[in-house]
Formats: sequence, structure tokens, C-alpha cells
Amino acid sequence: MAQTPTSTMSPEGAQAKAEKRAEAAPGLPRTGPGRLQEALRDAVMTAALAGVLGFFFLALRTDIAPGGLAITTRWGLWFSAIAIVFAGRLALNLFWFDKRGGGRAAVKTTAKTTVVSEGLDFMTIAGWVMFAVAVVLPFLIMWLLPGQQRQLIDLSILILTYVMLGWGLNIVVGLAGLLDLGYVAFYAVGAYSFALLSTHFEFIGFWVALPLAGLLAAIWGVILGFPVLRLRGDYLAIVTLAFGEIIRVVLLNWYQFTGGPDGISRIPKPTLFGLEFARGDDGFAAFFGLEYSTIHRFIFIYYIIFVLAIVTHLVTVRLRRLPVGRAWEAMREDEIACRSLGINTTNTKLTAFAIGAMFGGFAGSFFATRQGFISPESFTFLESAIILAIVVLGGLGSQFGVVIASIVMIGGIELLRNLGFLQQIFGEGFDPVRFRMLFFGMAMVAIMVWKPRGLISTREPSVVLKHRKKIGADMVSQGEGH
Amino acid sequence: MAQTTSVESGAHRRWENDPVLSVERLTMRFGGLVAVNDLSFDVGRGDITALIGPNGAGKTTVFNCVTGFYKPTEGRIVMRHGAGRKNDLVEELTASSAQHKSDGDGAVFLLERMADFTISHRARVARTFQNIRLFSGMTVLENLLVAQHNKLMVASGYTIGGVLMLPGYRKARGEAVDRAVYWMERTGLIDRADDPAGDLPYGAQRRLEIARAMCTGPHLLCLDEPAAGLNPRESAELNELLQFIRNEHGTSILLIEHDMGVVMEISDHIIVLDYGEKIADGDADQVKTDPKVIAAYLGVEDEEVLEQAEVLEVVAEAVGSKEEVARKIQRGGGEGGKQ
Ligand SMILES: Nc1ncnc2c1ncn2[C@@H]1O[C@H](COP(=O)(O)OP(=O)(O)O)[C@@H](O)[C@H]1O
Ligand SMILES: [Mg+2]
Repeated sequence: MAQTPTSTMSPEGAQAKAEKRAEAAPGLPRTGPGRLQEALRDAVMTAALAGVLGFFFLALRTDIAPGGLAITTRWGLWFSAIAIVFAGRLALNLFWFDKRGGGRAAVKTTAKTTVVSEGLDFMTIAGWVMFAVAVVLPFLIMWLLPGQQRQLIDLSILILTYVMLGWGLNIVVGLAGLLDLGYVAFYAVGAYSFALLSTHFEFIGFWVALPLAGLLAAIWGVILGFPVLRLRGDYLAIVTLAFGEIIRVVLLNWYQFTGGPDGISRIPKPTLFGLEFARGDDGFAAFFGLEYSTIHRFIFIYYIIFVLAIVTHLVTVRLRRLPVGRAWEAMREDEIACRSLGINTTNTKLTAFAIGAMFGGFAGSFFATRQGFISPESFTFLESAIILAIVVLGGLGSQFGVVIASIVMIGGIELLRNLGFLQQIFGEGFDPVRFRMLFFGMAMVAIMVWKPRGLISTREPSVVLKHRKKIGADMVSQGEGH
Repeated sequence: MAQTTSVESGAHRRWENDPVLSVERLTMRFGGLVAVNDLSFDVGRGDITALIGPNGAGKTTVFNCVTGFYKPTEGRIVMRHGAGRKNDLVEELTASSAQHKSDGDGAVFLLERMADFTISHRARVARTFQNIRLFSGMTVLENLLVAQHNKLMVASGYTIGGVLMLPGYRKARGEAVDRAVYWMERTGLIDRADDPAGDLPYGAQRRLEIARAMCTGPHLLCLDEPAAGLNPRESAELNELLQFIRNEHGTSILLIEHDMGVVMEISDHIIVLDYGEKIADGDADQVKTDPKVIAAYLGVEDEEVLEQAEVLEVVAEAVGSKEEVARKIQRGGGEGGKQ
């Protein structure tokens, strides 16, 4: 009873809506002198706005002078800011908004919903290239930038830690659609599990503690999940946030057990099958006949987090194709429909929470061994927010997006530490490090304006009958509390 | 496709001897509002049963009680697997605190004691929704696989075996895909298997929802206004699909429907609700001529119902003057859809 469309049939429901949307939203005229005029006018208005807003911040400057404040003017700076805004806006109007088919309003709505991609697509290739780079990264760094090798490998380790955390949280937020603002709690549970186990029991090293830490974090995920997962939307977000804070406050105040604000130090370093990365006859370097260097341990730690992250990724990808992963995504789309199909949504949510928490716990125990010292300060809400931002910025549910977002965010924050060149633009008194978070916030806002559903917003189907098609973001729902 | 043998009036009333579902003295109150009042009816095994009535009569509420989305204020809802009324077993179960009980050749379930997802999973009652609830960001095929969740979950060793890539899951997944393909072919969706459900036209979405419900392997399929918003041709296809499901799969169907054409043509048994109470119960011929039914349909102010030419026919037959009826209909207003 296949149905062929005929001219007498008018589209209904969703289709009709989509067609209407495409017809509406004229925006800027698409061609001719009218368009240039529009673009210019828009750019002038934007520049004027920038001028007004920037007047007190850029053009005028007050300094403390003998006998009161002295005003200095910086017209050059002000004018260059206006000029940049004008030129930028004009370029956007002419080359960017236009390409997306009309005005700004059209940017979102006319995006195609499904894209057929046969064979290898850009993301798969990019993913493999990144994987290959990541495999040899420490040696690449040592070869290309030997002067900064320690910092750079350390930064790579940091980024990979966030990639792993992002992937773990992606299960909860991206796949199951449960907004969790307290993910750092599981990170903390993992870190403290390892730290306490290893300091209390001599024989427990990193490799024994790692699975234990994951298990404990998963158990905490379930303990938290039971009361919390009955809540919906905003309430869920608030309670998870509170849970994250409670864990931190407990860690801070339970002095006898956790060391309170002093934290726990002398956490053992990981060993390679019992080989320590230390100077001496039974160390790693001596065993392999290498000259001792502290960089060895950095490289080793890099590969530990690399393997942990890859395991997280592989498990997540596998889970997505299993019934449980499909149930997560179905739950994000429509929980009531799930229950009408016999899916126990409470259990399904709990598994998402527990598995996400487990990866958080792994990452936490890695963090503890890398730092050698932990304290509650490392597990503040800001940490949860950064991990969540990575997931949201990358695009909910997208594994590749998390990688990009981690590099951009964590790498970006570090990069902003040494932006000396900005002093040339904004004058001597300008300290870029102080404005680091401001820049960072602006960049995030910009990305969210440009790509409201994250960098990679399309969804890959978990199973394909004939053609692999990507699913546009406007079809995919975001779940609770977004 | 095979045509139903219409049941002669008063003859073979399957719902009395072999009901798959019995709703007994069901009452549902929302605060002061009595949405369903002391309602009892039986759904015959293998029948297509229609639940009709003006908007706001409480039909969807009955569905929500049967499928566990609402806990009834009072009443008993019995689902039976296996032939016969099984009165002894039902009484035994009611006296105990269990949710279901089985004997040699079947089982009975007290749905008002069960959670919504166990009703689908254990009692095998599937449903669709008045306002379509698809997983719109997932493909048609994925929608149909989600419906087979419980079976696949067992096959994947509750995920652990699946992550470790143990065999067994692969075979079960193949079977699940085959079943999905079967229903996609039946519902004309096979060409759109890899498209997101939200991209489908409205009629196809309705069919997908039915296909998805069928993928759970139900004994009873509850359809909430499946023909709403369909054009006449899609509506006719829907009739065929429902008869196919009943004839080839033996699934009993309980449907809420406003389209009298559909109702009169395919139902073996019709139950009419008005203001939460049953006003008629019988086969098409009995209900068509019931004065209470005619009155209820004339009194209601609802576009959707009264637009149907069939109603006009039915009512005109009874009342006599078609013009008079049409005049009364002009007063009709509109009301938005509910779940
Ligand atoms: N969850 C609810 N809370 C309060 N009132 C409800 C609820 N669900 C349904 N009702 C009321 O119950 C009555 C019957 O509604 P419904 O079962 O949806 O009617 P029908 O499906 O026959 O059109 C209506 O008056 C409706 O407003
Ligand atoms: Mg209804």
C-alpha cells in the first residue's frame, strides 16, 4: 500500500510546517544593489551601536592622578574598534548570511534536515586523522618543539582528560538527555577513592584502584539517581547541581577522613607493570637502558589517559548501537512513548547515570595519580560547568564535537595565558591574562550564536538499512531541562 | 486484502464469551471532574472494537487507564491471555495482591495494579497517542527497533554481552530488523527506513506509530484516533491495515475514532461514551439506530465530529430531514486535541 504523492494531496502536519518555514523568512534581499544597501545600512547601525557601547570603555579612560581622577582619551582605539565592527558586520552580511539563503532568520530554518552521506565523510576522515595525530603526539611535540615539550605534553594530557570527561557526560546529557550539572561529583568520587585507597592500603596502586574508583563512582551514580531521576527538567538540573556541591562540602568538612581543605598528598604515581618512573636502578629508564628523563613519565601518563579516553569512546559508540543506547536516545526524544513500548525508563536512566559516572570516576582516579595531590578545590561547580560547556559546545551527543570543543576550550584557555601581542593593540596597561575568561566567554557566546546546537549538531543514526543519512538538529530533541 | 465478515446483529457476540480485555466499573476523577464514571465494557478477542463519543467524553482517559498512564480512581481492568473469561483465575488474582497470574493455557493481568511499561511488556497492550509521539530525531528503522527493546535487551545480555560482542545479540538484532522491515513494508514506509521519523508526512507518521506499536508484539492494540488528519485515501489504507493486523496477526484492536465511515465499516463492536458514561454498546447496526447516540452526536459542538458526512447520513436516517440536521450542525465550534 505504498503511497505516491499526487497533486491533489496537500502536505499536512510536519511537512506543511517545514515547507511554510522555508517559504517564509525572506530576510535581506538576495541580489542586486538593494542587497548591498541593506548590508551597508545594517553594518553602519552595528558600528554605531559599538561606538555608543564602547565610548565609555574604550574612548575614555580614568586614571588616578594627584588631586583626583584624570581623564585620558583614546580615540584611536575607539575608532579602530568601530571600524573592526563595521567591516566584520559588512563582511558577514555580504558573504556569510547571504550564503545561508537570505537573512539571519533563515540561517537556522533552511538548513537541510537529512544529508545522505555514502562512503567516507569529512567527520570520519577528520576523526581518524586526529586519532593518528594523538597516537604520536608526544613524540611530535618532542621533535618539533623540544623547548616547550613539558608544557605541551601536559596540556595535551589536560585536554585528553576533558575529552574523556566530556565523553562520559555526553552519555548522560547528550544521549539520555538528562541535564546533569553535578558531574564533577563523580570525578571527585573517583579521585578520592583512589587517593584514600592508595594512602590507606599499601598494596593498592593505580591499576588496581582504577576499576574500583570507576565502580564506586557508578554506585554513587545509582545512589544519586534513585531519588533524582523522578524529577524532570529544571528540577533534575538543580538537584544534580546540589549533589555536586554536597559532595564537595562533605570532602571539605570531613577532616579526619578526607583531610578537608588540606587535601590528600603523596598519591602514588602509576607504574608500568611495576616499573616506576624514577631515577635509579629499578626505574623505567634504567630497565630499558635509556637515559633518565622526567619527560618519560609525562609521556607515559599521556598514553594512560589516551587509552582511557579511547576505551570510553569505543564503549560509548558500542553502547549507542545496543538496545540500551537506543533506549537512551529514545528517552531523550519522548519518555512517554518509551514507556508505552515497555521500556523501564527509571532503569534506563540509572544505567546512563551509572555508566557516565563510571567514566567520570576513571578520569578522577587518573587525575589523582597525575597530580599526586588532590583537594576539594579541584572539584568546584566551575569544573562541572566546563565539562558541560564542552558537551554543549561540541554538540549534544556528538563524540567528535566533544574533542573539538575540548581542544578549543581547554587549549583556548591556556592559549589566552600568553597573548602578549594584545598589549600592542590595547596599550601597555592591558593585561590579557586578566581578560582571559572574558574573551573565553565571548568566544562561547559567539559560537552559540553561530551554531546554537553546538559545533556538530547532526545525529548519526545507530542502525542503517540502506543509506546512511545524517539527521539534522531540528529533528533531534535535547531532552530534559534544556 | 481480506474483508471482515460483519457480525450479524445479536448473533455471535465474541466480547461476551471471550473478552481479551474487561473494563469493570472504571471511574476516573480529576479533582472534582469525573472524566469516566462507572464504566464497564468488554473487548472481544480478535475483534475490532471502537470507542466513540464526542470530544471530552473521556475516551483518551479510558486508554490512559488501560495502558497504565493514569491510576484509575476506582475499578478493575482485566487483561486475558488465552481463551475464555477465566473467571476463577481473575477472582483468585483479585483476592491476592499480585499483578498477574497464569494457569496452564494463559494468564490474567490486573492492569490497574501494573506500571505503564510492564503493561506493554507483560500484559502486551500496545498503544498509539492522539497527538503522535514518535522519536522524531531517530530514523524509522530505529523507532521500530526501540519498540523491540525488551527482547533485544535480553539478547544483548543486558548490555554486558553486547559490549563484549558476544554472539547471540547479532542474530537477535537481525531478527528485529527483519520484523521492522516486515512492518515497514506493510505500512508503506520501507523507502523511508533511514529517514528521521520527524521528516515523514503526517499520514506516514500515523502509520509508523501503528507499526511501532505492532513491533512490541501486542495482544491488544489501542489506537487513539488513528485516522485524525488523514485524507480519505489514507483513511481507506488505514482500514485495510487494521483489518490486516486483526486477520493475519489475530491482534485485538481497540480504537478511538471520530470518522464514522471507518467505525461503521470495520468495527465488530462499538461502545459509545458521553460525559464519561457508556450510552450504547453493541454492533454497528445497534449503535447506529440508538436514539441516545444520535442525541449525543447532535448535542455536541465539535467540528471534527460533525464534519463527517457519514454522521450526517446516520443522523439524517434517524431524524428524517437532512436539512434540519445540517442546520443544527452549523452551530458547531472547535476544540483542540488532547493526549
Ligand atoms: N490529566 C488530566 N487532568 C485533568 N483533567 C483531565 C485530564 N485528562 C483528561 N481530563 C479531562 O477529562 C475529560 C475527558 O478527556 P478525554 O479523555 O481526553 O476526552 P476524549 O479523548 O474523549 O476527547 C476532559 O474534560 C478532560 O479535560
Ligand atoms: Mg481524546
